[in-house]
Amino acid sequence: MAKSHISMTVNGKAVEALVEPRTLLIHLLREQLGLTGPHIGCDTSHCGACTVDLDGKSIKSCTMFAVQANGANVLTIEGMAAADGTLHALQEGFREMHGLQCGFCTPGMIVRAYRLLQENPSPTEDEIRMGISGNLCRCTGYQNIVKAIQFAAAKLGGVPFREAAE
Amino acid sequence: MNDMTPTSAERAEKLQGMGCKRKRVEDIRFVQGKGNYVDDIKLPGMLHGDFTRSPHAHARITKIDTTKAAAVPGVIAVLTAETLKTVNLAWMPTLAGDVQMVLADGKVLFQNQEVAFVIAEDRYIAADAADLVEVEYEPLPVNVDPLKAMAQDAPVIREDIKDKTEGAHGPRKHYNHVFNWQAGDKAATDAAFAKADVTINELIVYPRVHPCPLETCQCVASFDKIKGELTLYGTFQAPHVIRTVGSLISKIPEHKIHVIAPDIGGGFGNKVGAYSGYICAIVASIVTGRPVKWTEDRIENLSTTAFARDFHMQTEIACTKDGKVTALRCYTIADHGAFDACANASKWPAGLFSIITGSYDFPTAHVSVDGVYTNKAPGGVAYRCSFRVTEAAYCIERAMDIMAQKLGIDPAEFRIKNLIRREQFPYTSVMGWQYDSGDYHTAMTKAMQTVDYKALRAEQKARQDAFKRGETRELMGVGVAFFTEIVGAGPSRNCDILGIAMFDSAEIRIHPTGTGICRLGTKSQGQGHETTYAQIIATELGLPADNIMVEEGNTDTAPYGLGTYGSRSTPVSGAATAMACRKIKAKAQMIAAYMLEVHDDDLEWDVDRFRVKGNPERFKTMTELAWAAYHEVPPGMEPGLEAINYYDPPNFTFPFGAYICVVDVDVDTGVTKIRRFYALDDCGTRINPMIIEGQIHGGLTEAFGIAMGQEIHYDEDGNVTTASLMDYFLPTAVETPKWETDWTTTPSPHHPIGAKGIGESPNVGGVPCFSNAINDAFAFLGATNIPMPHDHWRTWTAADKLGLHQ
Repeated sequence: MAKSHISMTVNGKAVEALVEPRTLLIHLLREQLGLTGPHIGCDTSHCGACTVDLDGKSIKSCTMFAVQANGANVLTIEGMAAADGTLHALQEGFREMHGLQCGFCTPGMIVRAYRLLQENPSPTEDEIRMGISGNLCRCTGYQNIVKAIQFAAAKLGGVPFREAAE
Repeated sequence: MNDMTPTSAERAEKLQGMGCKRKRVEDIRFVQGKGNYVDDIKLPGMLHGDFTRSPHAHARITKIDTTKAAAVPGVIAVLTAETLKTVNLAWMPTLAGDVQMVLADGKVLFQNQEVAFVIAEDRYIAADAADLVEVEYEPLPVNVDPLKAMAQDAPVIREDIKDKTEGAHGPRKHYNHVFNWQAGDKAATDAAFAKADVTINELIVYPRVHPCPLETCQCVASFDKIKGELTLYGTFQAPHVIRTVGSLISKIPEHKIHVIAPDIGGGFGNKVGAYSGYICAIVASIVTGRPVKWTEDRIENLSTTAFARDFHMQTEIACTKDGKVTALRCYTIADHGAFDACANASKWPAGLFSIITGSYDFPTAHVSVDGVYTNKAPGGVAYRCSFRVTEAAYCIERAMDIMAQKLGIDPAEFRIKNLIRREQFPYTSVMGWQYDSGDYHTAMTKAMQTVDYKALRAEQKARQDAFKRGETRELMGVGVAFFTEIVGAGPSRNCDILGIAMFDSAEIRIHPTGTGICRLGTKSQGQGHETTYAQIIATELGLPADNIMVEEGNTDTAPYGLGTYGSRSTPVSGAATAMACRKIKAKAQMIAAYMLEVHDDDLEWDVDRFRVKGNPERFKTMTELAWAAYHEVPPGMEPGLEAINYYDPPNFTFPFGAYICVVDVDVDTGVTKIRRFYALDDCGTRINPMIIEGQIHGGLTEAFGIAMGQEIHYDEDGNVTTASLMDYFLPTAVETPKWETDWTTTPSPHHPIGAKGIGESPNVGGVPCFSNAINDAFAFLGATNIPMPHDHWRTWTAADKLGLHQ
């Protein structure tokens, strides 16, 4: 199948690739660029394990062709920590609040939460729950994911984090 | 004493041992996208395999033509049953003593059954070519109803064994019969029913569901022709079992098979079994001489690898007028699908279903289970529970509610009246299980007080009155469940898998600098083993948990173990870990005595050191002793500081809990809202409360999914209609209720650290609790047995049947 030449910025770095027109973005990321953080969980865009940030939007990379991302600016979980290795507040929050178990949904969940907090820096619990409803988790029951995002929102906002009363 | 000297308590806290909410070690890699799951593995020259699957539920195959598929550029080979026959692998043995087609041999028996396996340079080409395999089918009559499986004219599902009158578990009474299994005392039970004051008799159905971990089943097989060695990476909850089964099936010597389970993206039972994809990938690698990867997509996962439940339980309870249970009788039809591939301990075709008397003091009981074949996918795994325990817990907890309703007694009060009393432990049930420990009344009382149970009932009564007056269209239900699990399989006298006793293991090596590694036969799929096993070692050996690396999943380095499922890691490998620590500690004590020039008995343990009794200033820390073990051991002692333990538990453990759920139901829309869910769990000694709480949240959420919406549904033609996440309910953050967790602690008396296991309790207790809540909302209108799943449509239908929409 004839291949298309595409270029994009992924985690701050310019990349180029030759892809089939039908190549999904998730396969470009995982198999050609070696970014195995985003995962494949369902193939039908329900689970959100493949979520990446693309030009300021959360997108499910299993439901987008790589050619559609030509010229785009893509952020994956691998680009979340600072260059010196310091974890992003969300990454820290997920660990502090036990917001993950098997870790399979975590990259997509964190990248989605990143965009959520960009759009709404101090979301309510209901807004968080709605905001991550495109990302499924089979392990945690979400309660600690909500806390992890609240932790990060507080840290990014420079206010003390108070765990919601049980 | 110098004020700067840390106290024992301060030193203990620094170790991050048992009881500490230690942050998880695993998370550092997972939050950075640096986990290593099977699909992340990329080997040089790796090929991809994909299946051609049957669109029919039951059909004879008259022709398979792979010419077009094989001609696609990039396709290396196409396997069919005929090719597999050349290596004697067209069929494989199942864990349950049956055999199963690897690729369809002559006919297909369930929809999406594997028919051909295409191996290609990339996954896109493999998928293209799989579509080009031409298969001619001659449809056969289909049966997907287990209650009709043993009818006179039922379609013959298994032609290969239709004339066999004996199966792996005894006589077969019909060509679609798998086994009959019974437990308890039939005569005594029948006698008790004959003179019972009050009885109930209900068909309680636990529908077919699927564990649906977020990562599907997958593997990479790599056969080295020169060395004759197979390396198999895969999503295996039980890597050693896969190695042994793989060796028995493939005839590759076991020491030349290297099974590696890397990070696993959830299992919940789905990843216990051996599937066609694994066998095909292995054969493909042998045939091509290149590594072959197989990854399921979600539809394949939901429709072919493993299912759970599908138990149809005709259940009776006998009771005195004043509410004391006198007998339980249950006849169950178990739908095993087209092949009996249940993941049970081999001697237990219905698992541990005889835990069905639950938390109650039944004087007698009898249970009989008939397994049957239908045109559905094989499997029969324990979806986040010990073998068939959640079916049993669901059955008894629903039945207790139905009986309470008939007696006109509050369901909580009825339970309290019949719970096994504290002084009866260890309690031997009529089914022969010895419940190790429990304090049920304390747990139940605490639960009821915490939620103010009386006030809830008063509020419910007021709501019912208002409903009757037409002032509201919303009902309120209060669900109560008190469950007892049986986990930690298992004692070798009870449990084996294909003859291998279900022990488990831990091997600990302490390095000279006082750090160490612990390797185990279990395999975490998200439970946080790397964190919690190290906490056991920290407390046992007085070394900081951070100094202990925990490694699982590599059969070359880990001691043999039966894997992680049935909440067995903590009860079995947790015990092995503690026992191995104690061997190390005993040696360290001898070294300390030698260094301090005292007798062994003159030393006492203090958190992280041995000190001289009566002279605490003279001590050797474990770190010092580790160093000494490598350079100044007593004369005649072997150097080094390591130990291994294979732990064969003396008994199962019996975690329990009291759950209460409050639900509001809109009778006009069927929309339900879980207002409150309180879960009190007793898992014995608590190793990491943070992880325990996380396990409970997750288990309750899975229970919520099962009770409120999950079903693997087949239409009458055998089409599976719920095989994607469009149709199969996985709760999102929006639907998922908020969980309140609580605990009591009743240690297991036979476990070295008193721990019982927690991961599955919330699923076992949660499902009946939700279902009881929905049923309870309608009970005052005369409903007795509204079946799961309680999705909005079915709930609306239940209201409609009660005439609430007229």
